[in-house]
Amino acid sequence: MPFDAANLVPILPEIAILITASVVLIVDLYLKDQDKGLNHSLSLIGLVIAIALTGAVGGGERQIFFDGNLVRDGISDLLKGAILVVSILAFIYARPWLKDRGMLVGEFYVLGLFAVLGMLVMVSANSFLTLYLGLELQALSLYALVAFDRDSKKGAEAAMKYFVLGALGSGLLLYGISMIYGATGSIELGPVAQAVAAQGIANKVLVFGIVFLVIGIGFKFGAVPFHMWVPDIYEGAPTPAVLFLGSAPKIAAFALAIRMLVEGLPSLHADWQGMLIILAVLSMGLGNLVAIAQTNIKRMLAYSAIGHAGFIFLGLLAGSQQGYAAAMFYAIVYAVMSAGAFGILLILSRKGFDAENLEDLKGLNDRDSWYAAMMTLVMFSMAGVPPTVGFMAKLLVLESVVRIDLVWLALVAVAFSIIGAFYYLRVIKFIYFDRPAPDAPILVTSGGVRIAMTANGLALLALGLFPAALLSLCQAAFAVQ
Amino acid sequence: MGFEKFLFYLFALITLWAAGMVVSRRNPVHAVLFLVLAFVSSAALWILMEAEFLGIVLILVYVGAVMVLFLFVVMMLDVDIAALRAGFIDYLPLGLLIAGIMAIEIFLIVGPANFGLHAFPAPAPAGTDLNNTRELGLLLYTVYVYPVEIASVILLVAIIAAIRLTLRRRPDNKYVDPARQVRVKKGPDRIRLVKMASETPVPVVAPALEKESDE
Repeated sequence: MPFDAANLVPILPEIAILITASVVLIVDLYLKDQDKGLNHSLSLIGLVIAIALTGAVGGGERQIFFDGNLVRDGISDLLKGAILVVSILAFIYARPWLKDRGMLVGEFYVLGLFAVLGMLVMVSANSFLTLYLGLELQALSLYALVAFDRDSKKGAEAAMKYFVLGALGSGLLLYGISMIYGATGSIELGPVAQAVAAQGIANKVLVFGIVFLVIGIGFKFGAVPFHMWVPDIYEGAPTPAVLFLGSAPKIAAFALAIRMLVEGLPSLHADWQGMLIILAVLSMGLGNLVAIAQTNIKRMLAYSAIGHAGFIFLGLLAGSQQGYAAAMFYAIVYAVMSAGAFGILLILSRKGFDAENLEDLKGLNDRDSWYAAMMTLVMFSMAGVPPTVGFMAKLLVLESVVRIDLVWLALVAVAFSIIGAFYYLRVIKFIYFDRPAPDAPILVTSGGVRIAMTANGLALLALGLFPAALLSLCQAAFAVQ
Repeated sequence: MGFEKFLFYLFALITLWAAGMVVSRRNPVHAVLFLVLAFVSSAALWILMEAEFLGIVLILVYVGAVMVLFLFVVMMLDVDIAALRAGFIDYLPLGLLIAGIMAIEIFLIVGPANFGLHAFPAPAPAGTDLNNTRELGLLLYTVYVYPVEIASVILLVAIIAAIRLTLRRRPDNKYVDPARQVRVKKGPDRIRLVKMASETPVPVVAPALEKESDE
């Protein structure tokens, strides 16, 4: 069939990111060591252009392109925008850290941009094949980012673990997809959904396939019992890499779950709901309980990520438009919170020193009261304290669970989130009520980092006070279907 | 049909046996060679399913290139197999138990009950004029052009990541740059003739004094 150039319009953001990555790759060859900052500027320009293009080609009816491989709808528009914005924050926070350690090289930006590209492909995928390829593109870039500090033994070990377990997760996901294909004869989401609805519920092959899909999704989210990789990788990987893989990929993982389970297998909701309930309860429980015992703040945030994954599952398993919108809201908000928390860790690090332990946050208020306030906002938001946005996000997913009469599940979630509040508030205690270590220097940061962190922290507060702006976008994304 | 069935079971058994040997061999080179055998017999299985192109590609790409490279790596790196195998026997019973349960479950689902001939009747064999490669190519570059492009980006990322993780530039090594060698001009680059006044022998003075003046 003839190729129509109009097909390229919906993937303009992806094309922009791909071109930026290629340009950075080539420009980097000709840059002297002191001019490597140009890579940073080019990457940011590319991301901003991609955001503008997402806005320009977005909106309107749901459309399918490339023979059913690609879809452009409200979900993809909103999630693409969120991923790009969070990635901009991540690049800005990472720059001083990389510069101090002589790692401000083009490869970091190239790999980061390719990871972003993979996420964009995932959120706008309309077939299992495209989803899987996007996932692999993102994962492969992140493996390399985790191993980015070549001389660090811990980094290499973390990358190895991430690679082996990530490959296992991808393999299980692929096996599940092959089952779905065997039962329905298609890998495109729409025809799969139709075939499933036509065959009725009692097809064991489909349920068997769903088990593997849910395991794959659990791996990518880091949900219990597929969470083993999360703490070790958060601890071992260089902090900028953790910042990358702990923020925007959660949004992409949410898209993975939505596309596969909600769009591909909607009539088997009863089957995957049960599995997600188990994952959600275990994740919230183990994540919040084990986080209390951590002294390493990166490990603590890893267990907190596991707990938050459980909350995202709460919205997904509700199976209602409202629940999906709530889960989407939660995933986006979590990515912003996570970027803020790791951003503060990067700000606290300096040449030859990495902020890794809770003690390193002691007396942050005396060292820089503005960053202390921003970190407090992030922690309050993660704990779910009003008026920050974390409270709204938790409230919305709990509401969706209560609406489907799973009150016990909501109570379990509330109990664990109260337990979780302890370790977030302990961080705030360290910031405000402890003296800084005597050798702690004054924090020196560039204006860009300060502006980004200010925007990041205040966004959590502003969204908490006026959640309607983002929430109505989330609800609109699911209302169209 | 009878002979084809016999071939299928023959190659399937060889594949399974070879895969088992890959995991259980003590010598890593043997394990790699058994992996080659597993690839070759699965290529034969593909050809039995009329996927000739994929079967040939499997042998050309995996056996011909990837596995040979892999063999080189295994022989070059002195893998301490004893350390890798520590605990193999300890975990064996539990591993076998889980693997057994999984195998039975998978057989119940994937077995004849759901994927038997009654659910999926064997398709009529395609004629000799059907070109497998051409059909695959047409499909890949029309319907699946978007996934193919993404796959190409994945390969690019693999190259970049591998180079980033392994390429190190050491400032103190004394390698010769062929580009600079080639660029040498015939005339003044190779030999430089310097005009200087002829030396007159200096009368030797006391050695201790000379040493001092040198410094």
